[in-house]
Amino acid sequence: MWDYSEKVQEHFFNPRNAGAVEEANAVGDVGSLSCGDALRLTLKVDPETETILEAGFQTFGCGSAIASSSALTEIIKGKKLDEALVVSNQDIADYLDGLPPEKMHCSVMGREALQAAVANYRGEEWKDDHEEGALICKCFAVDAVMIEDVVRANGLRTVEEVTHYTKAGGGCSACHEGIEEILTTVLTEQGEAFNASAKAAPPKKTKLTNLQRIRRIETVLESLRPQLQADHGDVELVDVEGNTVYVNMTGACSGCQMAGMTLNGIQQRLVEEMGEFIKVVPASAMQKMAAAG
Amino acid sequence: MSEPIYLDNNATTLVAPEAVEAMLPFFSEQFGNPSSLHSFGDKVGRALLNARRQVQALIGAEHDSEVIFTSCGTESDSTAILSALKVQPNRKEIITTVVEHPAVLSLCEHLEKDGYTVHYLKVDKKGRLDIQEYANLLSDNVALVSVMWANNETGTLFPVEEMAELANEAGVLFHSDAVQVAGKLPMRLQDTAIDMLSLSGHKLHAPKGVGVLYLRRNTRFRPLLRGGHQERGRRAGTENTASIIGLGQAAELALANIEQENTAVRRLRDKLEKGILAQVPYAFVTGDPGNRLPNTANIAFEYIEGEAILLLMNKAGIAASSGSACTSGSLEPSHVMRAMDIPYTAAHGSVRFSLSRYNTEAEIERVIEAIPPIVSKLRKLSPYWSGDGPVEDPAKAFAPAYA
Repeated sequence: MWDYSEKVQEHFFNPRNAGAVEEANAVGDVGSLSCGDALRLTLKVDPETETILEAGFQTFGCGSAIASSSALTEIIKGKKLDEALVVSNQDIADYLDGLPPEKMHCSVMGREALQAAVANYRGEEWKDDHEEGALICKCFAVDAVMIEDVVRANGLRTVEEVTHYTKAGGGCSACHEGIEEILTTVLTEQGEAFNASAKAAPPKKTKLTNLQRIRRIETVLESLRPQLQADHGDVELVDVEGNTVYVNMTGACSGCQMAGMTLNGIQQRLVEEMGEFIKVVPASAMQKMAAAG
Repeated sequence: MSEPIYLDNNATTLVAPEAVEAMLPFFSEQFGNPSSLHSFGDKVGRALLNARRQVQALIGAEHDSEVIFTSCGTESDSTAILSALKVQPNRKEIITTVVEHPAVLSLCEHLEKDGYTVHYLKVDKKGRLDIQEYANLLSDNVALVSVMWANNETGTLFPVEEMAELANEAGVLFHSDAVQVAGKLPMRLQDTAIDMLSLSGHKLHAPKGVGVLYLRRNTRFRPLLRGGHQERGRRAGTENTASIIGLGQAAELALANIEQENTAVRRLRDKLEKGILAQVPYAFVTGDPGNRLPNTANIAFEYIEGEAILLLMNKAGIAASSGSACTSGSLEPSHVMRAMDIPYTAAHGSVRFSLSRYNTEAEIERVIEAIPPIVSKLRKLSPYWSGDGPVEDPAKAFAPAYA
């Protein structure tokens, strides 16, 4: 079974704001193609202040879909429409102490229902802007559509490059067959053949000064930052000692169960970019070592 | 809370206490390698032969050497299919069905990438095949037919004996995945034209990690695993002795209880089904109720979703499974429900109850009592539901924008 947090279970067994709001003046009906779940969000909005007075949900879906719907209504009640619109799917997932990667789409459905309801209130037509595909990389929750788009947009040719651009395949590596299949399909369309032994652009081997080396490490970390920030996290460089790079994981990354995996990803990227073996260690370990020393 | 109730026996079964007992010495004093000459190995070798004969009796094979022990049903399926292709390199077609278990389906889809043509027989709304469609496909280009004996989700039976005859007349090899049937329905393979058949220990009260490939004598064969001479060179690798002994014991018990499966277990299944359907409106049995396994009831509860049902059932101490997308681990809705063209608001709410001879009348009564409130609780949350019934014209009343 899925590894649902206590909070998800609690919201599923005792959903808040279930049912349609009476005299609702905003309705959002959305569904998720990837699993067939669907959600109707009804809101009662105060026309004077644009405050959400009441929110109710009706969900045809699994445990996490119901829990995400319940969480959404709790989060947005009492908010002004513009405040509510900045609620992201990550906020819904965070509110529930996280969702399994396969189930993140349930939180996306929640956010979309909100957008659809607000559009309905404002007399606009809501259009969905994203398409979801089959989940390929479970470690970093990357789906097929995203991988395919990135491969096309950047002319990627190897699994390694896909990992650099999307994180997909950077964890347990079990999805590499799936990534190769996507590469094969896209490359075939472009009249090329997928070559499993092709190398990503090889790293240059030049002797760097200490300063150049540290700057370069910083540049690599800089390039990874947007991905981490997308997950509400961040990384900062603390020190470099020989082959060991000490970093602090901050924001959502700190204490995240995926932090270990993220560190591995950062390490892998540094090894590739620097063309030497590099070990990435949390700065907290440095203090421990110093204390022991 | 009282003892949990296990109604998910098509997923896996309790290991029979007698099988556990029979296995125990093979973890300790009977540790010998059956291939060894000395007395340590010899005793184990004799026990393996006994287990082989117990399985032979269950499936009605003519010779005990037609029983090859493998690691699981999936290995047996892969071995059979890949062997048939290997021995007939000029035949590039396979016939199977759209509702096979992934053990066969995924392999067939993979083989398509390698240039094989796979014909997937369709099913009707009750999950039945069109035998004429099948007969028309048989030709000299077909290397193998692989058709399950009973569907794991609905319990619907396919006429594999008749289909094997047709294949045989056309000179085509026939394999059946019978993991759900073994031990539930009498089987006498020596009177059929089935060339290869898979079964799995853990579906019939033996442990996990052991399966059987039945290989009719004189069927051309190429092993999947080559190495030592185990299983007469047809499946190399030191035998999983304890599990094989457990499977032998479980096979003997299954044979002794086969009557009970078709009387007592069937009666409980029917009671469960009637009991639920009498109380829950907008629910129906999927598959072919007149022609199915005696232990399986697959009920679609309309306008609600299976995972949510299972979670509430689990809370009430009842274990079953669902064809809903969200319970599969892959988010793919059940290919079996889709193949039968079950409307999606019902397919997602399908729940499979699969019984065993270890279930009791009292358990079934408790389940009949527990299900209706679970269904109404979820229907209260459903956008397709209002008050005591579905909203008027549900597909129109709630038509979300899908993304």
